[in-house]
Amino acid sequence: MNNKPKIGVYVCHCGVNISKTVDIDAVVEFASRMPNVKVVRDYAYMCSDPGQLLIREDIEKEGLNRVVVASCSPRMHESTFRKTLAAAGLNSYYLEMANIREQCSWVHEDKEEATAKAKKIVYAAVAKARLLEPLYEKEVDVEPATLVIGAGIAGIQAALDIANAGFKVYLVEKTPSVGGRMSQLDKTFPTLDCSACILTPKMVDVANHPNVELLAYSQVEDITGYVGNFDVKVRKKARYVDVNKCTGCGVCSEECRLKNRIPSEFNMEMGKRAAIYLPFPQAVPAKYTIDPERCLFLTRGKCGKSPKCVDACSAGAINFEQEDEIAEFKVGTVIVATGFDVFDAARKPEYGYSDYPNVVTGLEFERLVSASGPTGGAVVLGEGEDAVVPKDIAFIKCVGSRDASVGNEYCSRVCCMYTAKLAHLVMEKVPGANVRIYYMDVRAFGKGFEEFYDRVRREGIRYIRGNPSEIFKRGEKLVVKVEDTLTATPLEDEVDMVVLAVGLEPRKDAREIIDILRLSQSGDRFYLEAHPKLAPVDTATDGVFLAGCAQGPKDIPDTVAQAKGAASSALVLLASGKVKIQAQISVVDQSTCRGCGYCVEICPYGAIDLVTVNRMGNLAQAAEVNEALCKGCGACAAACFSGSIQQKSFMDRQILPQIAVLGVM
Amino acid sequence: MNTELMNEELQDFIQKYDLYGCIQCGRCTGGCPVTVRTNLNVRRFVNDSLNKDMLDDLAKLPEIWDCTACNTCAVRCPKGLKPLEVLMGLRSILVVEQGTVQSTVRDALESVFLEGNPWSKSRAMRSDWMEGLDVKIAEPGEKVENLIFVCCTIAYDPRVQMQAKNLVKLLNKAGVDYGFIGEGEACCSSEVHHLGEDDLLEEMVESNTELLNEYDAARIVTISPHCLSAFKNQYPDLKAGVIHYTQLIAELLKEEKLTISKEFPQKIVYHDPCFLGKQNGVYDEPRAILGQIPGAEIVEFDRRRERSLCCEGGGGKMWVESDSKKERLAETRAKDAGELGASILAVACPFCVLTLDDAVKAKGLEEQMRVAEILEIIGDLVE
Ligand SMILES: Cc1cc2nc3c(=O)[nH]c(=O)nc-3n(C[C@H](O)[C@H](O)[C@H](O)COP(=O)(O)OP(=O)(O)OC[C@H]3O[C@@H](n4cnc5c(N)ncnc54)[C@H](O)[C@@H]3O)c2cc1C
Ligand code: SF4
Ligand code: SF4
Ligand code: SF4
Ligand code: SF4
Repeated sequence: MNNKPKIGVYVCHCGVNISKTVDIDAVVEFASRMPNVKVVRDYAYMCSDPGQLLIREDIEKEGLNRVVVASCSPRMHESTFRKTLAAAGLNSYYLEMANIREQCSWVHEDKEEATAKAKKIVYAAVAKARLLEPLYEKEVDVEPATLVIGAGIAGIQAALDIANAGFKVYLVEKTPSVGGRMSQLDKTFPTLDCSACILTPKMVDVANHPNVELLAYSQVEDITGYVGNFDVKVRKKARYVDVNKCTGCGVCSEECRLKNRIPSEFNMEMGKRAAIYLPFPQAVPAKYTIDPERCLFLTRGKCGKSPKCVDACSAGAINFEQEDEIAEFKVGTVIVATGFDVFDAARKPEYGYSDYPNVVTGLEFERLVSASGPTGGAVVLGEGEDAVVPKDIAFIKCVGSRDASVGNEYCSRVCCMYTAKLAHLVMEKVPGANVRIYYMDVRAFGKGFEEFYDRVRREGIRYIRGNPSEIFKRGEKLVVKVEDTLTATPLEDEVDMVVLAVGLEPRKDAREIIDILRLSQSGDRFYLEAHPKLAPVDTATDGVFLAGCAQGPKDIPDTVAQAKGAASSALVLLASGKVKIQAQISVVDQSTCRGCGYCVEICPYGAIDLVTVNRMGNLAQAAEVNEALCKGCGACAAACFSGSIQQKSFMDRQILPQIAVLGVM
Repeated sequence: MNTELMNEELQDFIQKYDLYGCIQCGRCTGGCPVTVRTNLNVRRFVNDSLNKDMLDDLAKLPEIWDCTACNTCAVRCPKGLKPLEVLMGLRSILVVEQGTVQSTVRDALESVFLEGNPWSKSRAMRSDWMEGLDVKIAEPGEKVENLIFVCCTIAYDPRVQMQAKNLVKLLNKAGVDYGFIGEGEACCSSEVHHLGEDDLLEEMVESNTELLNEYDAARIVTISPHCLSAFKNQYPDLKAGVIHYTQLIAELLKEEKLTISKEFPQKIVYHDPCFLGKQNGVYDEPRAILGQIPGAEIVEFDRRRERSLCCEGGGGKMWVESDSKKERLAETRAKDAGELGASILAVACPFCVLTLDDAVKAKGLEEQMRVAEILEIIGDLVE
């Protein structure tokens, strides 16, 4: 191609969005006088089919080799017009956008001034267009496997979808069993399905799936690489039980000297377990684990005359010599499904959670009403002879949510409904119970939620509008100090038990994954998605996706939907087998680079490394850009002291003339 | 007043107290301790103050004077409002703009203006309590580790003067660098704010800031939690940080510069002053001090720390009586202490001493227990 610039300028009216403040004719007339401009046209909607056709025809008939579109922000339609150029056989990087909407017509009122500014913007774009160079998008292969971190319902669902599509999945779960929080729930709103009944089959499926490699009781240590090619290192923690030999019979646990001595995490520390344990009866894998922080033999080197578990295990599965193992593998995509923690009610001392055993959290109450819980599903307070059935039960909503005093401004989205569910279960299990729910708003936004709320109320549950302020004791009763705001009546409500509807928070160990994957957090400290509306499961790192409560509080239906979304996004990459990488990346002139490493620090994607180069016989340090990781943000180019690192399409030799013409007008 | 002006004033009021931020959750009124004996519903004031033409009428409602400034409403508010300040704003409309004040309030304010204390005592007598004591007075400009600020009530009221005297004793014993201010000291004006006289408050803040900044002090130590709160919340330009004496004493005990060595075989229950606890989050240090007393048995109220019950001593209540005939909160407190079998009801605030003293008498509990400020207790127990 003859590379003497022949530029076409296309000025868009954007309906009246541009034309009402910018004199289009004047811009067209001005552009037609600019050097190297061959064609100038205007049109109501340049991005429409007929608009694009104008450009294509001109490229083909007039032999244009550069195109300037004066319209909206490049974020809006740059990719649209790139395709237009490509369709006409022109390298799509011969395009320059002149943003005369967001940066001009939308922010100005005076037509004369806006027109003058639009002319400048177009002139600068033309100046740069002249100097554009063709770029070529590269493709890299995608390793046909996915790493899923976290095996709650989100991770399980995502793993199953990808495995069912025929791709390999490595499912890493930190605790000894898959299942996450959902395995701790009794029934689930709004349909009251038994949580275990709908979850357990999925837990078993995922563990048995031929395409899934389950790494339970394991932790991701390191991930390097880039979309399509991640290298993963996982630590499989020693269980001190040979999983190939353990039959899950549980005799060891029965015999353990610490049986019924250690608070059970699964039962929110209300029940007790042994040092060798299965977190809960339906745990998957059904393999026992020795708690290394509690086991007598592991902590003191001695457990009676000989460890009772070893004596009891006829399969000979117990192995105190076992060590952590490291697994290393390659994947093309990663799904983060690490879930949430519940709010620590002790952080609202006014509710006396640390002082009164009869003040419990929603999750503790889930265990209390569960048939597999510490009381076998009976709602009772106290133990043994002293056990009593509470009659007056108050629920308090929004504990730790929507509350600036604890730094959580967001709504946790599940507690309104789980409160209704738990209140319903009380009505079912405690005849004659007096249940009141203290609330400030009832948020019943999901499918079937409002209907569920209606049903529960009519069972005889009182909703009282007021958020309690304090709990104290009067005799045996707990006093809830609250105002009924609808009648403006301050109350001291005497009850037997208080259930705090604690909200959802980011996990306390959320930083681990942030450090490994360079994820960002939103203001609420949950992991940040790439776009709140249009890229809700993507992250700023290509090939890394989010699912479930790791991204923000949500119920099971939304968690599963998002998990399926994340799986499908991962599958798009796995199925195509190839991924295009950015063309407008940074390049280093290693002959002038001083090797200071400033760009290495600045790059938010970790795309730059210092390497040793041979400079005419002298070994020197110089920056090198990993083409697959670079996102073309330009931060390095702006920071480089010697101008050695430059971003393609935004080279100094391209943008300095663009800026210069603004000065001569 | 024309409506436009009215609107502007209202808008200022709304902005100042962030009234649109309120979601009417009711936590403020729910937690407000005085609701059990008066008509005050602070949430309604936050809500009703949004209405045009209502501010002046709201300012006339007697219950705005029932607030004790305990701060419960503010610490509980999920949206960061300070509901009590709305009441102070209304008091200010009444006092400053309409000039309608009870005579006790007027006298107290006048006395602060003229004599630098709300008790109608002479400025010249502020240091009389020091007589016969080996007190170190710091000179302006002098470098001093701990600049001690005595409260007006402690300076003049014989019932609580002992606090200052005992503090001098302890500081001398510990051998720490300290200095008192002396006659130049004037009211922190915590209570001036609560009595609605913000113009006077402003003047006092200005002159006190000037005075305190003259010293080269590492920190200011207040004896009363009310002064602590005022300095922290109303004095943006103080150079030195401010702490409460319980924090200083706890520090000295920890560093073993002081040791409580004499036996004190008493059953002590500690009442958290709102201005120390809910206002400033100091809960541990007073307990740490009491915990060091040999022979003493420490018991706790059910309603303690963040859940403590106000004694109604703050918020200008020393000068405004409420009409309620119901049991005073201080009496509830004394009764609870009685049920715990306490012989000492310990506090760390001069106002708490005064309200609880009355309450112990009213409940006929003088035989069983007495009210004692921490300095009062430990003054003689330290060797
Ligand atoms: C009291 C209560 C009641 C509820 N009731 C209902 C209800 O009735 N209906 C409903 O729809 N929803 C309900 N929910 C919400 C429901 O619990 C969540 O929607 C669901 O559990 C979210 O699943 P998840 O997989 O995103 O997270 P989780 O269940 O938290 O699972 C995350 C998993 O990741 C693992 N993990 C975390 N970090 C790592 C790491 N670094 N490496 C490896 N593994 C890791 C965890 O161990 C865990 O197994 C309730 C929530 C609460 C608190
Ligand atoms: S070694 Fe002893 S304490 Fe440890 S799991 Fe076996 S029986 Fe329990
Ligand atoms: S879901 Fe309901 S209870 Fe939970 S934070 Fe939101 S409004 Fe409060
Ligand atoms: S606590 Fe705060 S948000 Fe709630 S009603 Fe009171 S002022 Fe409004
Ligand atoms: S400061 Fe205390 S007394 Fe005053 S309104 Fe608030 S809670 Fe009530």
